[in-house]
Amino acid sequence: MALVTFWILAALAVGCAAGLLLRKNPIHGALFLVGNLGSVAGLYLMMRAEFLATAQVIVYAGAIAVLFVFAIMVLIPGKEETGPDPLRPQRWLAVPLAGLLGLEVVLILRSAKLQAPPRPQAVAGGVESVGRLLFTDFLFPFEVTSVLLLVAIVGVIALTRRRAL
Amino acid sequence: MVPESHYVALSAVLFVMGVVGVLVRRNPLVIFMSIELMLNAANLALVAFGQRHGTASGQVLVFFVMCVAAAEVAVGLAIIVSIFRLRRRLSVDDLSILRW
Repeated sequence: MALVTFWILAALAVGCAAGLLLRKNPIHGALFLVGNLGSVAGLYLMMRAEFLATAQVIVYAGAIAVLFVFAIMVLIPGKEETGPDPLRPQRWLAVPLAGLLGLEVVLILRSAKLQAPPRPQAVAGGVESVGRLLFTDFLFPFEVTSVLLLVAIVGVIALTRRRAL
Repeated sequence: MVPESHYVALSAVLFVMGVVGVLVRRNPLVIFMSIELMLNAANLALVAFGQRHGTASGQVLVFFVMCVAAAEVAVGLAIIVSIFRLRRRLSVDDLSILRW
């Protein structure tokens, strides 16, 4: 049962990623991205990472996707990729290179000995253990994250001002 | 129970698809979405490895990656918007201002 759910979610994720790559219209791409992020959130749920599944839906599928849609509406692109492609031969080179990269990733992962049986250990997960770690072992990175977000806010406002600061 | 290797294999597939998107597409917005795809694939692998080790550290790391991704998208889109204001075009092939 879990395996069937996994395969359905995996097919959804890969299909949405393919849609993002193939559709010309960036709005369709954004919707496919939301579908991909949603199915990955489902996979998080299957791995008992409830906090991450919620954060994925709120932060990625909510905030970031809305940001993308806003940017697409502001810029009104979509005609940029209809013209003749001056670098077409170079772009076809991407396919064999991606194949090579996939091969490398597979080789690296096979050497990681993932096939061994997992250690018989209680699966830590859930919101409580994540929160406990965040406020004990990872307290300093957690606080630095707030500075990072503040810098991003200030930077975005400075970048998009009409007049130079 | 699905073995963790399945999740890691799926994340490898998604990562390679993100790389293809960055290499093939010309619209900077779509390239950004492909970068999100790659970050997401890495997150999936992190959660799977963390599950494998029986700790929640992987999930905490994914939380930080999400914060960085949110900041990165905001700043990146702001850069794209200001480039669009400057050039009135939106193709990464035109963006050779920094090249000499």
